[in-house]
Amino acid sequence: MILLTRKADFSAAHFYWNDAWTEAENQRVFGKCANRQGHGHNYTLEVTVEGAVDPVSGFVVDLKQLKDIMEHEVVSVYDHRHLNHEVPEFAATVPTTENIAIAIWRRLDGKIPGAKLHRVRVYEMPDLFADFYGEGA
Amino acid sequence: MNLVAHLNRRYRFAAAHRLHVDALTPARNRAIYGKCNNPFGHGHNYVAQVTLSGPVDAATGMVTNLGDLDAFAQREMLDLFDHANLNTLECFRDLVPTTENLCIELWRIFAQYPHAKLERIRVEETGNNAFDYFGDGARIQHEE
Repeated sequence: MILLTRKADFSAAHFYWNDAWTEAENQRVFGKCANRQGHGHNYTLEVTVEGAVDPVSGFVVDLKQLKDIMEHEVVSVYDHRHLNHEVPEFAATVPTTENIAIAIWRRLDGKIPGAKLHRVRVYEMPDLFADFYGEGA
Repeated sequence: MNLVAHLNRRYRFAAAHRLHVDALTPARNRAIYGKCNNPFGHGHNYVAQVTLSGPVDAATGMVTNLGDLDAFAQREMLDLFDHANLNTLECFRDLVPTTENLCIELWRIFAQYPHAKLERIRVEETGNNAFDYFGDGARIQHEE
């Protein structure tokens, strides 16, 4: 079994807000991330898949195909967008790094032929990143 | 249902140390530790990477509030280790301050963090040396 990781970058705006709370409560919990005008990051996505090495191709998964799936399912939806306003899964869910990792897992799970999704890692910045290993992990 | 995610946060501190064990002869210390045994010590820019897991809170979208974690790291780790000589700290009074032992000490500190479960401490001593500790008796389950 081999783990294979592919990276992709996207840039997006977001803010943290819970509609069920008062403005003061949002400010207290989320601090400057609660600025409703939004702010942005250069995100790095790392997708790790696991699978057996195909004896003919020597691949776990066709990297070009994986790149295209990541582009189609995630980057084309998230890049240069405002996550709160333009990406449906964050209409009612706070787009924290944790929730972005979960959302990307859901977008990719089951869509990569021949390999199993092992981990989705999302870097909001080099010193802050979240990992998601699946719904049962 | 609250799904479990892992949150990783990296902190930086600069510190001096000297690798030396009093119970060994000077020659033996030099043989084992080489230039790290220099009597005057030397230093590194350390990176401590803390991995915590927990259910993602439905209201906040977070495993733990970063403000809480950063304040804890500042108070319990950075205030103690940054711009310090590790050999002078209480925890290394009778323990050689290798990066392995530093990992274990940081594990003891972050295991006390009340809002999430500690999964891993990674300490990078230089850009080419990194050490991981998963807690007592643990082994790598998820990693690369």
